[in-house]
Parts: sequence; C-alpha cells; structure tokens
Amino acid sequence: MAEKPTDEEILAGLAEIVEEVAGVEADEVTAEKSFVDDLDIDSLSMVEIAVQAEDRFEVKIPDAELANLKTVGDAVTYVSKNA
Amino acid sequence: MSTVEVVVTGIGATTPLGGDVTSTWDGLIAGRNGIKTNDTEWAEKYNLPSRLMAPLAVEPSEVLPRVQLRRMDRCEQIAVIAARQAWADAGYELPSDEHEPVDPDRLGVAIGTGIGGPVTLLDQDDLLEQHGLRKVSPLTVPMLMPNGPAALVSIELRARAGVHSPASACASGAEGLAQAYQMIQSGRADVVVAGGAEACIHPITVAGFAQSRTLSLRNDEPERASRPFDVDRDGFILGEGAGVLVLESAAHARARGARVYGKLAGTGITSDAYHITGNHPEGIGQINAMTKAIREAGLTPADIGHVNAHATSTVVGDVGEAVAIRKAVGDHTVLTAPKSSFGHLVGGAGAVESIVTLLAIYHGIIPATRNLENQDPKVELDVVAGEARKLDLVAAMNDSFGFGGHNVALVFTAA
Repeated sequence: MAEKPTDEEILAGLAEIVEEVAGVEADEVTAEKSFVDDLDIDSLSMVEIAVQAEDRFEVKIPDAELANLKTVGDAVTYVSKNA
Repeated sequence: MSTVEVVVTGIGATTPLGGDVTSTWDGLIAGRNGIKTNDTEWAEKYNLPSRLMAPLAVEPSEVLPRVQLRRMDRCEQIAVIAARQAWADAGYELPSDEHEPVDPDRLGVAIGTGIGGPVTLLDQDDLLEQHGLRKVSPLTVPMLMPNGPAALVSIELRARAGVHSPASACASGAEGLAQAYQMIQSGRADVVVAGGAEACIHPITVAGFAQSRTLSLRNDEPERASRPFDVDRDGFILGEGAGVLVLESAAHARARGARVYGKLAGTGITSDAYHITGNHPEGIGQINAMTKAIREAGLTPADIGHVNAHATSTVVGDVGEAVAIRKAVGDHTVLTAPKSSFGHLVGGAGAVESIVTLLAIYHGIIPATRNLENQDPKVELDVVAGEARKLDLVAAMNDSFGFGGHNVALVFTAA
C-alpha cells in the first residue's frame, strides 16, 4: 500500500478478510466487537485472518501481538500504528 | 443371536450417480452409468494409463456454505453431507441448546475412510514449497486427518459416546457400520451415526493405483469400463462418495416411533494375514467373515437370498470372491455388483453399498450389474444382469474387502 491507510480503510479491509475467512458478514465487523466472543471466530481462523491482514496492510503481526488483539478495534489500532 | 437388535432408521449418501440416496438408488435401478473420462489436465500431463473416474454427481459446493467448504477437506465435506441427510431421514432435527434430539452421551459416530485427506496434504505441501510457512493453512492437520470426517459429524450432531474412524482401505465404510453395531450391542450407545467416505481422485492416487495395475484401461468406453464378473473386466475405476446410516437400538427406535428400513443383524470381520494387496488364494478370510456374519445374525446360509458383492471388476478379485460366496453362502444366492454403475468408492464403498443392500430388501428389488455381457465361467453364481430383478428378501449380505487383507461382511434383514 503506497499511502498509510486510514482507520476506516483498515476496518473495511479487516471486515472483508473476516467475511472471507469466517463467513461473518462484513457489516457485523465493527470496532467494538470481540473476535472470539462476538464474532465466534476460533484460534485457527484468527491465524488465517492475521496472515491475510499482514499481506493486505504490509504489516507484521507476531503471535505474541495477535494474542492481544481481542477486538476488531484493537486490530485496527495495531495495523494503523505498524503499517 | 444377539440380545440387542440394531435397526437402521436413516440413510444418506452422495455418489457418482446422485447427490442423495434417492437419486443413487433410482440410478442403480435404471442401470445408469456414473463413470466418466478423466479429462483432467493432470491425467494428460503425467500420461496416466487409466483415463477413467467416477466423480461425485453433485459438487459439495452446491450443498454446503462457502465457509464450511473452506474449513473441510472434500472427504469431510461429503461425510457431513451424507450424515445430515441420514440424520434428517431418521426424523431427527439438528441439536441446539434448546433441543437435543438424542442424549449426547448415548450418541456415537463411526465413519471410516481409506486415506482421509491426501489432497489437502498435497495441496498444503505445494503451498509450503512455493510460498513458505505463512501460506500453510492452520486447518491443514484437521483437514488431512482420517478421523476428521467422523469428528466433524460428531460436532455437528453432538455425539459424545465416542467417535471412531476405522481405516481398513476399501472395507472402511463397512467396518464403520460393524463398529457402530458393536457400540450399540455392548450398551455404549443407543444411536450411532456410521458409514464411510472417500474423495481422493488426485494425480498421485490414480498414478499409484495405476502402478499397482489395478485400474481399468478401457479408456475409450467409460460406460463399459466397470464390468464386475464379466470375462472382459480389466480393473476398477476410482470413484468418490460417502454413505452414512443412522443405527439405533430397536428399543430406542420403537420408543420414538421411528420408521425402520431393516436390521443390521450380523457382522463378520476377519483379516487375511497374507499379502498387503492380494487376497488369500483360498479366500479363507472372506469365507470366515461371511460365515461369522451369518452366524451372528442367527441365520443359516440358506437365508441369505442376496449378496451385494465387493466385486471391483479386477481379474483376480471378482473370481476369488465368487468362489468364497459359493462356499460360505451357497449357490442359491443372487448377486449384484454396484461398482459397475458408480465405480469404486474406496472408504465410502462399504457404506453406500450397505444402503443399496438394505434398500434391496426394503423394496424387494435387486439392481442389475451393468456390463455383464459374458459372465466369467469361473463365477458359478446367479448375478443379476440386464435389468433389476424383483425378489422378496428376508436377509441379504454386503461384502467389503480392503488392501491389507481386511474382510468385512454385514448381514441385513427385513424390519
């Protein structure tokens, strides 16, 4: 990505990835939602989502960081800081 | 005679003849062919000698939602599809927190497969080679493991009485049913969802079977290629498919007023301990499996009016089985070989063909063996050819044999 994405662009991109991997409709993927508790995403799908997010936003998400990304908003913030 | 009667209350399948039991059965009765030319790019690329295959009539992608598809190997997909059909056919709803139609601690699963998910294994290995670790799916192991189909069905149906996945090559599906029978007989479960699945049409499996010289080479005539018991048979055709049955103790079925297709009355399992692919020349293991199944059912060989033969259309195997059937059952019994229509479903074969055996009793009609134009004189038995034959049956047997020397015979009786 040539320019740093806005938070809205990151959220929209994550929502697309979550829909692709876990089948949760993109509209449901909002900042306050927990991946596990609200979106019912398991640890295996989280790994896939992280790999796709890394490719899409040109960012590294180490496992130790992934464990801290509880909500969609946490992921947006992490990508925004590190992209 | 067993103390606990085991009945069949639900059946489901997806095969090269159709995406469910009805279309598969109707196809068999009509004598339809499910075998096609293998016109894939890879068959050409590797110059594979056999250009025949029996793919599913209905793609799993037409049945399952996209996300479920991507989380399961094709073998798992078709096991789940067949299990859902069987479960609904038995009159059960899918479980929810509000309603569990069967006590989960009394519900088991026994679904076998010959190889499981080799296509996933190979696809993921390609990704590892080409793109490195990051591109390998975290679902690789659960998709390739041969207990995956049974495990996924147990999760879907909330079965907590134990999940089994026998791997006995082409006898796996039948062994799943035998294991389910034993679970109910021993009191471990009231209901067991059982059968087998296989989906391994891939360059390496076709190449491997080709190198073992077991595949038909009648490439220019796919519809005539699978011809069990015919003098001109020259090998089997690799197919894919799944069959699942809901087995239930008769008391459990009766208490809920379930429709009963028939009984699984006896099971016989033996092993040849002889050769990794070849059958024992005197068919001792096959004969003993059939004899045990008949005895366990409390019947005599004279009661077995019909045998749904394993008969894969190989030169050696078909005759060996026919000789064994004559010795174990007798020359009164009427044979058919459904692999003539839908090819060899490997781990799915024993389960799908058990459904066919059961329906032959239930409907009183035996599907014909396709392509039986000149019966091998060494097959000294009455094999249904030409068109389906009406016959009242009290009991019938399904034979399944697998590489490794596995022999499984199952006796079904009328309800």
